[in-house]
Amino acid sequence: MSDPRPADYATAAAATLRDTPEVRTAITAATRTFDAHRRAAYAQVAAEEWRTWMEGVKNHLLTHLADYLEQAEEQLTRNGVHVHWAGTGDEALAALGDVVDAHGVGGVVKAKSMLTEELGVNAFLEQRGVRVRETDLGEYIIQLLGEPPSHIVGPAIHRSLEDCQALFHRELGTSPDATPDELAGAARDALRSDFLSADLGISGGNFLVAESGTVALIENEGNIRLSTSVPPVHVAFVGIEKLLPRFEDLSGFLQLTSRAATGQAIGTYVSLIQGPRRADESDGPTEVHVILVDNGRSSLLADDTAWEALRCVRCGACLNVCPVYRQTGGHAYGWAYSGPIGAILAPGLLGLENAMPLPHASSLCGACEDVCPVRIPFTDILLHWRHQAVERGLASTTEGLAMRAFAGLTERPRLYGAAARALRHLPIEVGGSALPVLRNWTAERELPKPSVRRFAQLWKDGIA
Amino acid sequence: MSMRVALFATCLGDSFFADSVADAVRLLRHLGAEVHYPEGQTCCGQPAFNSGHMDEARRAAMHTVRTFDGADYVVLPSGSCAGMLRQMYPSLLGEPAAPLAERTFELAQFITQVLGVQDLGDGLQGRHIAYHHGCHALRELGIEDEPVSLLSRAGASVTDWEADQECCGFGGLFSVKIPEVSVAMADRKLDSLPEVDFITSADGGCLMQMSGRARRRKAAVRFRHLASVLWEATGRGSNPTAGAAL
Repeated sequence: MSDPRPADYATAAAATLRDTPEVRTAITAATRTFDAHRRAAYAQVAAEEWRTWMEGVKNHLLTHLADYLEQAEEQLTRNGVHVHWAGTGDEALAALGDVVDAHGVGGVVKAKSMLTEELGVNAFLEQRGVRVRETDLGEYIIQLLGEPPSHIVGPAIHRSLEDCQALFHRELGTSPDATPDELAGAARDALRSDFLSADLGISGGNFLVAESGTVALIENEGNIRLSTSVPPVHVAFVGIEKLLPRFEDLSGFLQLTSRAATGQAIGTYVSLIQGPRRADESDGPTEVHVILVDNGRSSLLADDTAWEALRCVRCGACLNVCPVYRQTGGHAYGWAYSGPIGAILAPGLLGLENAMPLPHASSLCGACEDVCPVRIPFTDILLHWRHQAVERGLASTTEGLAMRAFAGLTERPRLYGAAARALRHLPIEVGGSALPVLRNWTAERELPKPSVRRFAQLWKDGIA
Repeated sequence: MSMRVALFATCLGDSFFADSVADAVRLLRHLGAEVHYPEGQTCCGQPAFNSGHMDEARRAAMHTVRTFDGADYVVLPSGSCAGMLRQMYPSLLGEPAAPLAERTFELAQFITQVLGVQDLGDGLQGRHIAYHHGCHALRELGIEDEPVSLLSRAGASVTDWEADQECCGFGGLFSVKIPEVSVAMADRKLDSLPEVDFITSADGGCLMQMSGRARRRKAAVRFRHLASVLWEATGRGSNPTAGAAL
């Protein structure tokens, strides 16, 4: 398992802003571009109707998940695919380990997959002495840098062109001022031998169709196609929430997911994988495994409010519009999924006690809800986790006491009025250094000055 | 018969934007409404609600529901608090919140949608204004064109601002729980701001956040509450700095 550290969010976010301010610039520029593309792509279709349809399909799936999982297993098996059930991350890695051992795997090529980031697949393989090569250009860049992804769709968007020029100059010998095309060409050349020599290809799965046992993958670089068809063995990690009931559902999901993610009508490559190479086929893997991963998803499904987060198709649209995410990028969140979706999934998948304070990493502006292709109610779920944190004693005691005092004041207008009048006479600059709440405001902002007279007083005095 | 309006000053309005709340009263009276001020009013409970203290939020909400019981309309010079009453109270309190939710409006929303007034006057001739869309006014209440239209039709030039619909980073307790990110969000607003006479917004919280940051940066940007600017739009408001966020 990877080692998620959401607890460090506030510190990590502050450190990112202070020590690497260029990340904010790069992330803001990239996400604004992504979102402009999404906006244009939504405008070309009846996006609101598609969103409602996708929400309905996923709700149907999630409320009949056990049935569809059984159907998927049956179809996959009929297609000649080996199906593994993994209740936990460790079980998922163990299933992979068995395949690695059975085939004596020495080298792996990987297609981009957030689930494998969630599970810590690379570290697991490297500990066993297996060479792992990320083949998505963005993933390749961050693998060379030794960093986790900063964004669900664009893992290296926190890095500038200059960073990549320096990196490739050092690692691949390209010219220090190579163009983006030249950099991509150098990566393509370097990756070619990895594709050809790999013993195993690993991918995720954007969708898994239950009625046909089809794993669907969307991409733009062709590296997923190669990773899943060149090596003799293919392992696909698929979260149990990634199922779709019917083959015909794929069309709408592939399209609106692409529009939401990158603003494309559809990804440049769509791979529909339906089993290993057949007798009359000349290429493709001879063995295909699908590892169906729960890892906290069924307990999240049991949550009356937060279960709706499981509709997520990992398009990253919520990150692209999130003003909080835009300040730091994904690393500050401390685990695979960042931004609004990371903040609502973390308590469900890691446990609320391990996810604090991520539910507070939002100003509740609601921008994510406006763009989500499956209409996840982010605000309700964030508020739900904050409430759960209070109920389970994970919120600060001081805050709890302050809120009880606050509630008492709101119910007692005379006392409330006295407190509001007193506000004018408090030596607030002194309090600013004593109370953490005020200190956190005044460190980089001026305090507002209370009006000379409260409105209640103006009304009484007949001024209004 | 004139329309009876119960005014909810809101906690920030009461303590930090008292003159603007007074301007809201003047404006509503000018437009023919009979304005009442239920004296038992306190705070809508949003600080508790947004931080997950639902029992405490419910107490504040129940108090507010009782205080405004029987009012024909409740008008707030705040999009965020209006959103709380309209969108959040029903989930917090259920049925008892429904009558209040339906009758609650943010000021510009009330003027345009209920009073049906689109033209306030020409008191904003020659003004260059940036309008900050508070998130809750925009996304919870769907108020997008109303305030901008009221400002423009009073003669103001409402300047294009690429970040006008982006969150300022206030978010209530968010501003002190994750202060560095909150400040960076305010910086994004200020750094993208075109040259204007002032920024206005329907929400005191947003104005405090942006002006607090601008003052620390010693930026010569002015901020004024929408209620005061709309009163000035009638041509009767005499003080062109009224409603300044300090």
